[in-house]
Amino acid sequence: MPRMLPEPTPETRHFWEGCKDGELRLQRCTDCDHNYFPPRPFCPKCGSRDVEVFKASGKGILYSYVINHRPRPDMGTEPHSIAVVELAEGPRMMTNIIGCPQTPEALQLDMAVEVVFEKQTDDISLPLFQPAKG
Amino acid sequence: MQPKSVAVVGAAETTKMGKIPDVSVIGLHADAALNAMKDAGLKPSDIDGVATAGVSPVELAHYLGITPTYADGTSVGGCSFMLHVRHAAAAINAGLAKTILITHGESGRSRVGAGGFARSPSSLMGQFEMPYGVTSPPTMFTVPVLRYLKARGYTEEDLATVAVIQREWAAKNPRASFKEPITVDDVLNSPMIAWPFRMLMCCLVTDGGGALIVTSADRAKDFPNKPVYVLGTGESVETPMVSQMEDFTSSKAFRVSGKKAFETAGITHADVDHLMIYDAFAHLPLYGLEDLGFCEPGEAAGFIRDRNTAIGGKLPLNTNGGGLSYMHSGMYGMYALQESVRQMRGIAPAQVEGAKISVCHGVGGMFAASGTIIFTNEK
Repeated sequence: MPRMLPEPTPETRHFWEGCKDGELRLQRCTDCDHNYFPPRPFCPKCGSRDVEVFKASGKGILYSYVINHRPRPDMGTEPHSIAVVELAEGPRMMTNIIGCPQTPEALQLDMAVEVVFEKQTDDISLPLFQPAKG
Repeated sequence: MQPKSVAVVGAAETTKMGKIPDVSVIGLHADAALNAMKDAGLKPSDIDGVATAGVSPVELAHYLGITPTYADGTSVGGCSFMLHVRHAAAAINAGLAKTILITHGESGRSRVGAGGFARSPSSLMGQFEMPYGVTSPPTMFTVPVLRYLKARGYTEEDLATVAVIQREWAAKNPRASFKEPITVDDVLNSPMIAWPFRMLMCCLVTDGGGALIVTSADRAKDFPNKPVYVLGTGESVETPMVSQMEDFTSSKAFRVSGKKAFETAGITHADVDHLMIYDAFAHLPLYGLEDLGFCEPGEAAGFIRDRNTAIGGKLPLNTNGGGLSYMHSGMYGMYALQESVRQMRGIAPAQVEGAKISVCHGVGGMFAASGTIIFTNEK
């Protein structure tokens, strides 16, 4: 049983195309300079339609999380993290932290994390995060 | 809204609560509605306004044989009923209807005639939250909490204490689902659901419903039961995605809704005798006490630990036992309203003696929405 996958819309397609190409793409308002996520074709801060897509660093910190212990056939059999990462550019996004034990000891708030893209299908790769290397 | 311009004149819950495998969702709405009409001495033909969430107001009106001149289908999660009360007050003041029925019914446990919790995979939640396993309240509502605990210096024990004190209230309530006393250790040793949340920090999943009937204050004295006046109201919404809430340590919707309700009521926190804060999970009363202004940020856990919200405390909170111990069918806001009305009528199982003002604060979705109703029993 695969996990539920996103169905991109015209307004979000650039984000999912980016993930497929190994890039985390955010948007920036060219009027007020606000970086934002999730994608939309206008600035949620000032309402301007003059916005651009840019490649984010993929760096961030672990902002908050839970470790789900309830059975989730689509997420494997072991407890797994459901986390919010605060990106270096400002926006926060939901994700999973991988590449480390799924324990409170290994998952410290404010630890540095970096994006990795996990291919799900030919169209969809999910941006997951792992403890930053170095 | 003019304070005290409308009143609750009918209020009731479903005949049974808990596990009701022989009644469908619409049947629970109707059972609660008929009980509330009986409480108010009314028939369906006396009702000219309907409001509900979960089912459509069209479905409700037709099922009960009501021909309304006002219909409100506001559906923003478990606090929808607070918004319905608020909108009904405005509608009555504007002459859109005279007698408005607000219903809730949910087969949360038995799932009889119940819809699903599904979101479209093309919605923002479907694209940017659900692929990571964020598909049910225990893995959604809980996500901001580790950040909150760290920012405030709160602990797992503080979350557990919320559940322990609410169980003490539930013990006084014959209709509560769980009445056995529990300790902080019991909570911390209950099964892990989603770290840092244990089972006893999470709400029940039960079947039930409730209904309210609201009319103008000048008509309210003609009804069989003591009118409960609407003194102040507030509402707001923030985001459908918990990961996008502006501040993980405070709900913007709570702050906006609460402030508006206190302003319209013209009261201060010291005037409040009784408080309900929708507790889908044990952190909600902590956020609520801070965001409504009863406690400074960082003081809510100590306020509860020092038994200010417990039996005999200065601010009785969630006196029915709350969603953690009384019942929680999915959209709990109606039961919080019912308890506020009982307290104002003076008929609650754990009655707060002499209570004159009750604040009833609801949450919708996962910090997505909020509604606040302030009631009084004094004209």
